[in-house]
Amino acid sequence: MSDSPTPLLALDQAEKSYGAVRALRNGTLSIGPGEVRALMGENGAGKSTLVKVLGGVVQPDAGTVLIDGAPVEFHNPTDARDAGIAIIYQEPTLFPDLSVAENIAMGRHPLGAARRIDKRKMHEEAAELLKRLGVRLDAERPVRGLSIADQQVVEIAKALSFDAKVLIMDEPTAALSGPEVARLFGVVNTLKERGAGILFISHRLEEVFAICDTVTVMRDGAVVSDEKTANLTEDDLVRRMVGRDLDALFPKTDATIGAALLNVQRLTREGVFTDVSFEVKAGEIVALAGLVGAGRSEVARAIFGIDKADGGHVEVEGKRLPNGKPTAAMAAGIAFVPEDRRQQGLVMELSIKRNATITSLARLTKLGLIAGKAERLMAEEWAQRLQLKFHSLNDNVGTLSGGNQQKVVLAKWLSTEPKVLIVDEPTRGIDVGTKSEVHRLLSDLAGQGIAVLMISSELPEVLGMADRVLVMHEGRITGEISRAEADEERIMRAATGRAEVAA
Amino acid sequence: MSAQTETASGGAVAPEAGAEARRRTDVIFRVRELGIVGALGLLILVTALIEPRFVEADSLRNLALNAAIFAILAAGQTLVLVTRNVDLSVSSVLALSAFMAGTLLSDHPSLPIPIVFLLGMGLGAAAGALNGFLVTFGRVPALVVTLGTLYAFRGLAFLWTDGRQVNAETLPDSFLNIGTGTILGIPTLALIALVVVLIVGQYLRDFRSGRELYAIGSSPEAARLAGVRTDRRVLSAFVIAGALAGLGGVLFTARFGTVDATAGNGYEFTVIAAAVVGGVTINGGSGSVYGAAIGAVLLGTITSSLIVLKVDSFWQQAAVGALLITAIAFDRWIGLRLDAALRQRSARRAG
Amino acid sequence: MPAESRTLAQRLMRWETLILGLIVVAWIVGAGLSGDFLSADSFTTASLDLSEVALMALPMALLVVAAEIDLSVASILALSSACMGELWNSGQTIEIIFLECILIGAACGAVNGFLVTRLGLPSLAVTIGTLSLFRGLAFVVIGDQSVTDFPSTWTDRAFGNFGSTAIPNTMVLFGVLAVIFAVLLHGTGFGRKIFAIGANEEAARFSGVRVKRIKFWLFVLSGAVAGLAGVVISLRNSTAAANVGTGFELTVVTAVVLGGVSIFGGKGSLGGVILALVLLGSINKALTLSDSISSYWIQIVTGTLLIGSVLVPNLAVRAREARAHNFHGRRQWPWRTRVDTSRPQEESA
Repeated sequence: MSDSPTPLLALDQAEKSYGAVRALRNGTLSIGPGEVRALMGENGAGKSTLVKVLGGVVQPDAGTVLIDGAPVEFHNPTDARDAGIAIIYQEPTLFPDLSVAENIAMGRHPLGAARRIDKRKMHEEAAELLKRLGVRLDAERPVRGLSIADQQVVEIAKALSFDAKVLIMDEPTAALSGPEVARLFGVVNTLKERGAGILFISHRLEEVFAICDTVTVMRDGAVVSDEKTANLTEDDLVRRMVGRDLDALFPKTDATIGAALLNVQRLTREGVFTDVSFEVKAGEIVALAGLVGAGRSEVARAIFGIDKADGGHVEVEGKRLPNGKPTAAMAAGIAFVPEDRRQQGLVMELSIKRNATITSLARLTKLGLIAGKAERLMAEEWAQRLQLKFHSLNDNVGTLSGGNQQKVVLAKWLSTEPKVLIVDEPTRGIDVGTKSEVHRLLSDLAGQGIAVLMISSELPEVLGMADRVLVMHEGRITGEISRAEADEERIMRAATGRAEVAA
Repeated sequence: MSAQTETASGGAVAPEAGAEARRRTDVIFRVRELGIVGALGLLILVTALIEPRFVEADSLRNLALNAAIFAILAAGQTLVLVTRNVDLSVSSVLALSAFMAGTLLSDHPSLPIPIVFLLGMGLGAAAGALNGFLVTFGRVPALVVTLGTLYAFRGLAFLWTDGRQVNAETLPDSFLNIGTGTILGIPTLALIALVVVLIVGQYLRDFRSGRELYAIGSSPEAARLAGVRTDRRVLSAFVIAGALAGLGGVLFTARFGTVDATAGNGYEFTVIAAAVVGGVTINGGSGSVYGAAIGAVLLGTITSSLIVLKVDSFWQQAAVGALLITAIAFDRWIGLRLDAALRQRSARRAG
Repeated sequence: MPAESRTLAQRLMRWETLILGLIVVAWIVGAGLSGDFLSADSFTTASLDLSEVALMALPMALLVVAAEIDLSVASILALSSACMGELWNSGQTIEIIFLECILIGAACGAVNGFLVTRLGLPSLAVTIGTLSLFRGLAFVVIGDQSVTDFPSTWTDRAFGNFGSTAIPNTMVLFGVLAVIFAVLLHGTGFGRKIFAIGANEEAARFSGVRVKRIKFWLFVLSGAVAGLAGVVISLRNSTAAANVGTGFELTVVTAVVLGGVSIFGGKGSLGGVILALVLLGSINKALTLSDSISSYWIQIVTGTLLIGSVLVPNLAVRAREARAHNFHGRRQWPWRTRVDTSRPQEESA
């Protein structure tokens, strides 16, 4: 790796705000040829916005993008692509019905006689690209059915076909298994040898140390550190990412722990998670920690019945739940706040009132009809209880901020007076102020005797809120750590599968 | 690092797995088209066994004639379906074009026939352009647009014809011969249909803009990101579908001679059924014109078959409906099996 | 984010006002075209003609709000009519036959429902198939025949008016059902769930809504009402046959979309649909009565209105978006199917 004075890509003091939210305060970094730079930071630190600026998806309010030292302006993603920047997103955007080769070549198929597509050349070129990446994949097969790992490779090959000089990879290993990660690292090394620059967004510390030369850490919208990985330890990194007093932020109050309300026994879903067993007692907050892709959300969905389990069962207050029936889970007293607020948690086109009451329709019905007044009162009551900031209950729920939207989801579920509350990433994409409100709320709920299962990828949140931490790794529970013994290191170790830790 | 050996060992298994996956999908997709060819063959065979006159020259000629116009319309519909749209207005466009061709030739018998064809296709193309503009730039769903134009164009046809009709006697023989004559024993109409199907089929298979249509239907989001000019392509798909409907209209007049405003009534559903039976998915992204054409032939053959077998012709429509549902269900089943099989293969390789 | 957020009620009030305005225009034009237009008699005949379409538009509206569609309704109507004829010929009591025909319709709806919810097939394609299937079965049941000797008590009722008013009995039937459906959609939990399913099926499922079950019953309802419509049309015209009602499905869908129900699902009101039916009936009548304008214009006007009902709001939204210079304006992708417009973690910075 040669240290060239002129970086391939650089960002200088970029800023971006969405209304009142300052998503990016100081975005500054640079990537040189043959350099693999990690971009780290918690959720909400500003990574996505920075990437969007680099990729031309979003225009910064201030600051400059520099290519080979010269300032440029990207008006759209195509500009960025033409300048040699490629973003490999977590969700590949490929054409499932078309072949790998055609996916790579779409719109620029090689032409033969009479402007007809030269299929052989197309396949050869694709095969060549894949070979260059050191990956064996049949260029002629359809994309449908390819694993995420393979689809990623196709996306990388696509980027290369555009002569990408800088590849930005957004949490590329999130959904990958061990061997697939190894293969990806091989690809990254190949790209590195060819002089490309790579921006590697990840929160898997082990991987960052394994493959990256330099690390940029972001916090609260600004770049706070920029160093060589060789000079850092994992603790250093974690400290730079978190960098705040934990206790002040998460007011977890003590609660009397009662009987086990939720009992999960050897729950299994083929290929997703295996033999998951645990219990959550009344008054307890149990955190389910782990890396993205460990299977935590899938466990929650299976408990609630959205997905059917292939083995094992779930009990609420000793009574066994039928497999795969959300209505039964709800009747038994389980509430589930899903991970994806916009797609799963809320119906964006409907009003706040409608969203908040959709789970309690039976209770609002008299003689078959919805009592409009009762509906409004219920929504009002919860809006007040949760201190929702809104203009009118009839407004579209999409007009609310992320934090307030989450409150509506919580209102919806709390109005069912659940015994067990499962929350998946309770404070993702929420501003700091609302975050602590949500935490206080969860704490209060536990105090009232509700069993809370909290899935979270934010270590500070886990450490601050949980009475017990369950850690998952690749579909299995690899650790159960009590509050007293929990720290980032132990959790991370269990999350990366490096040690089986028992409480 | 062990990563290298892992890749190597994983890689060694890969090419066979990859090739096998490809072979399997090829076969399954061939099966789809083979399936209808097979069904067609079986149908003809069974009918012929019971009533040998079914495979006599005249009877086969009729089969080809009946299917020809539908095949042309189905080819155009394929283009639109592949982009995840639909064109319900084809029957009305056909009517307009048919009547126009009829009146033109009646009033000006010396008009060169190719001009009539061009005008018919031009009319169809204009109608298609209207559909296309409303869908792309107007952002109105294709279902709504073509439902509206289905009405509006049919109304226009009624207005224009004003109760009159074109009569075969007023049309020049050279024109009518196209509809009913043969070249080397094969009906001219069938030959024209064949040529159209070949041209459109090749376009979809071998030309960039044709392939982009598949991309748009397969994943509109990805197509946009890939820089495909979605609006332009979808517009052209509608224009071509319209032009082919126009062509169908002129041929309709040539075939039947007597044309009024009700020409082609109800064709739209048969055409869509033909395409879907032929493997063109209603969600877009896959299917071929050849399949759609075979679907048209199959549907036409069922009708003739039932007549020849002296089965209540009333069963025809029901049979067509049942066939369409079977085809859709079969496609879904195949799709699910395919997904599972390919996923297993990938997982095994990576795991 | 758009500064002005329109509530559902506000948005619909606008729509219904628009349709109301168009109705007024149609009436003015109609009166201008023919002196007979604004008469009780023309109201009677106009609404009689539209009876079956109006009936079928009610459950269709619910289906479209749930982001599904049923193009086979006219064929179910035909099958119902055909069965009615055959059953009458076989000597059953007429009242029992009514019930049987409605049940036959419901069964057809169940077939649709099964194909869509259990087999997961797209409703557009499936109902194009059942459209042929059911119509074909109608012909198989009754062939080319038509049955015309229904008891006059019933045919008079079907054809006649309520008491001494100018309101046809069929309209009273429609009125009753309209109220039921309106309450169902706008005033019950069931209706709330339908809106949720149409707007975001996944979120509805995550909220414990039994999506498949609800959709299934919506199809059954659509079939049952189509069966009822088959009975009505056979009595009204004193003819039961297999070729009745061709093309009705398109008018029904037109009424629903024109009534402000979004073809993507999740939005709409029954009031709008009823007004749209009035509009369609008025246009029909105005042009049929007129001597100067050919009645062929009906179809052209209908088609244009249908397209316009979606086009005009689209253009208005585009104009507003352009003015706000809003890069994050959420775009509705134009095709029939919905494309996921949620960007990865738009919220998280």
